[in-house]
Amino acid sequence: MSTTLPTLTTKDLTTDQEVRWCPGCGDYSILAQMKKALTTVGVPREKIVFISGIGCSSRFPYYMNTYGFHTIHGRAPTFATGLRLANPDLQVWVVTGDGDGLSIGGNHLIHALRRNMDIKVLLFNNEIYGLTKGQYSPSSRIGTMSKTSPGGSFETPISPLTIALASEATFVARTIDVDVQHLVSTLQKAAAHKGSAFVEIYQNCVIFNDEVYKYATDKAIKADNVLYLEHGKPMIFGKDKNKGIRLNGLKPEVVTLGHDCQIDDLLTHDAHAEDPTLAYLLSRFKYQPRQPNSFPEPVGVFRSVIKPTYEELLHERLQAAVDKNKGPGRIEDLFKAEDVWTVS
Amino acid sequence: MSSENGSATTTVSASPTLDQESTNGHVHQRAKKIETLESVTIRFAGDSGDGMQLAGTRFTDTSALLGNDVATLPDFPAEIRAPAGTLAGVSGFQVHFSSTDIHTPGDTLDTLVVMNAAALKTNLKDLKPGGILIVNTDGFETSDLKKAAYKTNPLDDGSLAGYRVIRVAVAKLTVEAVRDCGLSPREQDRCKNFFALGLVYWLYERPLEPTLKWISEKFKKPELRHIMEANMRALKAGYNYGETVELLPVQYHVAKAKLPPGTYRKITGNDAAVLGFVAASQVAKKTLVYASYPITPASPILEGLAAMRHFGVKTFQAEDEIAACGVAIGASYGGALGVTGTSGPGVCLKSEAINLAVMTELPLVIIDVQRGGPSTGLPTKTEQSDLLQALFGRNGDSPVAVVAPQSPADCFDMAFEAVRIATRFMCPVFYLSDGYLANGSEPWRIPDPANLPKITITHPTQPNSEGTHLTHEVGEGEGGGAGQFLPYKRDEFLARPWALPGTPGLEHRIGGLEKQDVTGNISYDPANHQLMTETRAKKIENIAQTIPDLEVHGPADAELLVVGWGGTYGSITTAVQRAQRQGLKVAQAHFRYLNPMPKNTAAVLQRFKKILVPELNTGQLCWLLRAKYLVPAVGLNKIQGKPFLVSELEAAIEKCLSE
Repeated sequence: MSTTLPTLTTKDLTTDQEVRWCPGCGDYSILAQMKKALTTVGVPREKIVFISGIGCSSRFPYYMNTYGFHTIHGRAPTFATGLRLANPDLQVWVVTGDGDGLSIGGNHLIHALRRNMDIKVLLFNNEIYGLTKGQYSPSSRIGTMSKTSPGGSFETPISPLTIALASEATFVARTIDVDVQHLVSTLQKAAAHKGSAFVEIYQNCVIFNDEVYKYATDKAIKADNVLYLEHGKPMIFGKDKNKGIRLNGLKPEVVTLGHDCQIDDLLTHDAHAEDPTLAYLLSRFKYQPRQPNSFPEPVGVFRSVIKPTYEELLHERLQAAVDKNKGPGRIEDLFKAEDVWTVS
Repeated sequence: MSSENGSATTTVSASPTLDQESTNGHVHQRAKKIETLESVTIRFAGDSGDGMQLAGTRFTDTSALLGNDVATLPDFPAEIRAPAGTLAGVSGFQVHFSSTDIHTPGDTLDTLVVMNAAALKTNLKDLKPGGILIVNTDGFETSDLKKAAYKTNPLDDGSLAGYRVIRVAVAKLTVEAVRDCGLSPREQDRCKNFFALGLVYWLYERPLEPTLKWISEKFKKPELRHIMEANMRALKAGYNYGETVELLPVQYHVAKAKLPPGTYRKITGNDAAVLGFVAASQVAKKTLVYASYPITPASPILEGLAAMRHFGVKTFQAEDEIAACGVAIGASYGGALGVTGTSGPGVCLKSEAINLAVMTELPLVIIDVQRGGPSTGLPTKTEQSDLLQALFGRNGDSPVAVVAPQSPADCFDMAFEAVRIATRFMCPVFYLSDGYLANGSEPWRIPDPANLPKITITHPTQPNSEGTHLTHEVGEGEGGGAGQFLPYKRDEFLARPWALPGTPGLEHRIGGLEKQDVTGNISYDPANHQLMTETRAKKIENIAQTIPDLEVHGPADAELLVVGWGGTYGSITTAVQRAQRQGLKVAQAHFRYLNPMPKNTAAVLQRFKKILVPELNTGQLCWLLRAKYLVPAVGLNKIQGKPFLVSELEAAIEKCLSE
């Protein structure tokens, strides 16, 4: 038998269903990059399952020629969990959005990550409810104008990555819909991770929240607003690669190389640190419009650590029970209680 | 004459015998009168912390081991420890044991054991006139009387004159008996349930050995040795006290029941459900995935299954009820046996997920151990009020199968049926147990594993599009070409194939959006939606082809049919049998399958002039029968968190026939 890994083409992964996102939607790019990423991960098509909730992003499974399950609002992680319990041999992806994953489904997201279920959660964050036609979401910035936030949203937005880290996720990353190479490589890293992987994808809603990530995608300005994280590398960004992040006590600050600091003064990224404090710190960086020394928003792998998965720990417990019983349980033993009596 | 409780019917065949045997190693000093009774109902009542559930359970086990038929009714408050000594904190355990076949825990009490004033106040009304009342006098101090809202001490004011009162300083005598065991005063006091139990064992001439064995197992850890010793001493002290003091001039004897031959054990409905679902999964060669969120009175099923890992059972304690249902469905999607369990409030939360299983046509079993509702309701009390919720509590036209076990032991058999229907018909199945079945117990004849029902499950491995003609061509995509897999192509029962992720060549997508017939692609076509809605309903109706007919028990000329469902079987059966023995023209039919109902239901109902439907709700089955079969059914409805008394049903039957 050959041991070569199965190879897939993007065509193998394409269904006969017409893709129905709005023209210009960021989801098109994510779909294309996902197919590209899967051509190299070495998992046969029949062992890949996409599970989604409700929302624009959640139509994703219909367009992937793998197994797919379009479930109910916010609950995709639960179906994914059940599927992994039934068959730990499958690669299970959850596709969710900011409304689906952070609002109605916030609880399930937290607990799937905390358990370190081996599922890959992709959260398409467009900071708006799209499928219901434009209401503010839990990740909408303060001031977001929408039909349900006339005059601008005044609710404090939630940070998906901070939630993921607080939930003890073992793989936490962020990428951007139009940054195609970075997107492909981030998806591949998530696919390779054993345990819960959480990837926030900045995704542009061309209809209801257009250009919300312009600062991070516009070629003219993005270099000053995005920090590409690389494990073991100092945190440097900016058009001229001369800005960096330095820690001042417990507070991070933006500094300029050669001006107020040297390269050795900068924070070095450590994605594999057991302690998630650095990743947490990075998850709090927010782009501040019209501020000269705004923090950049980091993309890349914030955290990637190895811990036993839920499925592995459960398997160990099951095996231990069988060992203790000196073999698998038998029905005839099942019925025998401590106290039985016979009527003849 | 019936053995079922009620002062009017209990047979007391006074048959004085000389007791020459030695029980429990005590040689009796003198000849003593022993009366033989056909059946006896006892209730142990005390504070929640007094160990009454334990005393009752031990008494039941001992009686079952002696060969009596038994039926039990635990009754406890929702609070784990309500303030000690208060009326709200009273916990009771009722056991009916008999030398004949019985079906209920008994209407009224032959013997009541009360550990404090509050227990007397809340339980005395159920004691028969002339019944035996064993009172722990130490629970009647001024403060106890005050907490129980007694103005005068009932032990002194003559209000108990109609009973045979046995006064025992249980607490003081217990402390005396365990004095040198090295226990704290609090620990000494906690042994008093065993003293009371020993006393009752003496009264009903039960052996101590099974309980002594249980104590030695339970407290076998070296650090618990002193507790073991103390409990054993308390138990023996109670027994010996009864014998020495000769509290009553008689002892009572209840002979073995004539049960069908076989090996028996005692079982509660929740335990039977645990064994049933494990056994069904083994027979079906499937991994059981049980996902649940702790809720009274269903939690013991989650706990019981968590101890079944050596059978490959995977229990999952979910973050909430919705997640539990999602996990079960996800597990079924992956080819395991997905089961979720809860009570009524949890079903409310699971509704949307259950509907996804309806739409995606995946197997799912939902165990609903019903309790008093609405809302949080009466968490520890029984009710049958989730029937219509199970049938209709979801958006859209959403047909599901519904089954309901009729006794604690039947919880085993119906688990097989729930699994069989869910996997054969690819649909959700509600399994409606209730608090009475869940916690109540009876003897269970252990089945021969070789004779368990067979459950055969197959999964497709090949495309199935050959020769398929689509009824609707309007949906998206193509579908129907050779070599394709069509997830909604149906078999003779209209069930769709259960294709598992991981199977090469059968990749497909499912979801909650309406499906195109045959292909399963998304479809908004109006005619297709009507076809699919009707098909989902027809599929559930087809289950009727595989279930037994409704049985009618009664004379051919019966005028009245008493129709029940689920957990009321025992009380209704007893009442109907008594009425029949009195010559009343009454018959009985009992539903274990609520949706679909058995094929012959209409024919059965139409044979009778009168139909009485006793239910522990406001008339849900009655409503269904009237709506579906246009029959003049009338309800007998009790919504008190308690099962029917046989006498209540008997009165209703007589009234119905005399009208």
